[in-house]
Amino acid sequence: MKKTNLISLANVTKDYNLGDLTVRVLKGITLKIKNGEFVAIQGRSGSGKSTLMNIIGLLDTPTAGSYYLEETDVSSLKEDELSYLRNKKIGFVFQSFNLLPRATILENVVLPGIYAGENPKERDEKAGNILEKIGLLKHISKRPNQLSGGEQQRVAIARALMNNPDIILADEPTGNLDTKSGQEVINLLKTLHKQGKTIVLITHEKDIAKQADRIIKLTDGRIN
Amino acid sequence: MDFNELFKLSYRAINANRLRSFLTMLGIVIGVFAIILLVSIGTGLQTFITNQIAGLGSNLIFVIPGRIGGARTPGGVVSNKLVVADAKTLQLKLKSLANVAPVVSQITTVKYKNRENKGTTIFGTTSNYPKIVQNATIERGSFFSKSQEQSGARSAVIGQTVLNNLFYSQNPIGKRFFIGNNIYTVLGVINKRGAVFGIDQDNVVIIPLSAAQRQFGLTHVNTIFISVNSSSSVSRVKEQTKKILLGHLTEDDFTIQTAESTLSIVSNITNILSIALGGIAAISLLVGGIGVANIMLVSVTERTREIGLRKALGAKRSDILKQFLLEAIMLSLTGGIIGIILGLFGSIVLARFLVSQVTLWSVFIAFGFSVVVGIVFGMAPAIRASKLSPIEALRYE
Ligand SMILES: Nc1ncnc2c1ncn2[C@@H]1O[C@H](COP(=O)(O)OP(=O)(O)OP(=O)(O)O)[C@@H](O)[C@H]1O
Ligand SMILES: [Mg+2]
Repeated sequence: MKKTNLISLANVTKDYNLGDLTVRVLKGITLKIKNGEFVAIQGRSGSGKSTLMNIIGLLDTPTAGSYYLEETDVSSLKEDELSYLRNKKIGFVFQSFNLLPRATILENVVLPGIYAGENPKERDEKAGNILEKIGLLKHISKRPNQLSGGEQQRVAIARALMNNPDIILADEPTGNLDTKSGQEVINLLKTLHKQGKTIVLITHEKDIAKQADRIIKLTDGRIN
Repeated sequence: MDFNELFKLSYRAINANRLRSFLTMLGIVIGVFAIILLVSIGTGLQTFITNQIAGLGSNLIFVIPGRIGGARTPGGVVSNKLVVADAKTLQLKLKSLANVAPVVSQITTVKYKNRENKGTTIFGTTSNYPKIVQNATIERGSFFSKSQEQSGARSAVIGQTVLNNLFYSQNPIGKRFFIGNNIYTVLGVINKRGAVFGIDQDNVVIIPLSAAQRQFGLTHVNTIFISVNSSSSVSRVKEQTKKILLGHLTEDDFTIQTAESTLSIVSNITNILSIALGGIAAISLLVGGIGVANIMLVSVTERTREIGLRKALGAKRSDILKQFLLEAIMLSLTGGIIGIILGLFGSIVLARFLVSQVTLWSVFIAFGFSVVVGIVFGMAPAIRASKLSPIEALRYE
């Protein structure tokens, strides 16, 4: 596979305004992530990991600096264009799963397909295939609260895979899980990496981070 | 995002909070119900009165005591100077052009054997009354003749209520009964006219004018009916009548109306009434709409995280906007449809007691209104939802 730069950040800063006090959370981040890499961003609580992930995931915008996703300068994009890119290119996995409680597992997984405008039959089939690979097909018509935490997080990963994105962004995916089911989630991410996905894994745990190809260490808003 | 998917989402959201959705819909139900019902009453009233007046005939002029309307005296003037003698004068002077029938009235009790009927309106008039007033027809027997009238004979034509309460199903013709303390003979029965706002139009007895005057000492007239022989001379007769009466009365003492002029006054009044009733109902629909807006704001706030998630997964602004707008429209439209059904049902039931007539346009307007209410009051919350930044929405607790 040709290793092009998928994500390129240069001198990215992020400030938060708290009343008349401005806090700089990211203090000039420059990093490149290549297509097909498995990268862990590791740092202590409050070091700015989630802030960085939100910027990479196009959920938030940098205060200064540049961000190129492939060849695209994302600062030039409008809100709906960002939505489009999130939908097609990025799969999110959150610490708190973020599944819709009233929807079934299938309905949760197809969500990105709905916003991609896929037809119902195709997207249900696709979601079924993904769930089968992950070993969750038998839970397809259950609600999230009928599943264990580890299963819920794997459903969230299935959802992230729905539109076959290039990048999986996982922010503390093991944070709410015990060691065993946490490891299952990491193993799943490893499998996806072997299949060619670019994985960005955010964690504060060294043991988890070690399993990635590359560790980017974040300390107080800086990469060292 | 396809409509099916949007519909499913809205249905699920409404269904998830059934009580809350029901109460919100109730506001719309009441508003729409009120619009349909009140407009039906207004329309029914208008039709009823119009038919009554049209039934009088287009060649009819009637003179009533006092003054109705006018720029100088908008509230009208009460007067009791119009008397039976005026009718006689008019008949003399208009002889070749028109027939004149004065009507005097008195409310009293009528009796037959041990049965009595209270609150009966006794009309005293002349023998040409059935010829003049076209909606009074004799169903059985006959009206009193000119000679019976002039001799002051105690003969009577009775209405359906009096017939039923005094004579049951017996043939009443020739029967003798009491009006007050005097004995009258039944000559005929008048056709059924029904009730208007609970006032029974059939609880009447019509007797010769002279008899009525003798028994009750009446001199003031209720109405003087003038039937013009040719429709081309209606306005001329109206002018002459006015001139004759002004000979010894003032303009405040009488009002001359034709079926046509009355019709236009009445339809003005009933139109205003319909609009006023509809307006009052529309206010309650407005309140219902505010309820929708309120609940949608709650719904948006409650689902902030969901909105954030959907945006993270690729929902565009318009997807979120449509989702919440459709939810609001479904709430108010469902309420609207229930309101229409109840309103139609209510109008039909009401028609048995009061005048009420369902109009198609009020159903359409009510339907349209409830959609518009959904859009108008759902718009602000939906826009608010669509503008949420994904990251702030996801972080919302
Ligand atoms: N919306 C915000 N407004 C103000 N300050 C914020 C906001 N979001 C984050 N911060 C601050 O920015 C810093 C970094 O936050 P961030 O969530 O990126 O940390 P993190 O590395 O993900 O920590 P954790 O491991 O606890 O999740 C923290 O000090 C936090 O208080
Ligand atoms: Mg974090």
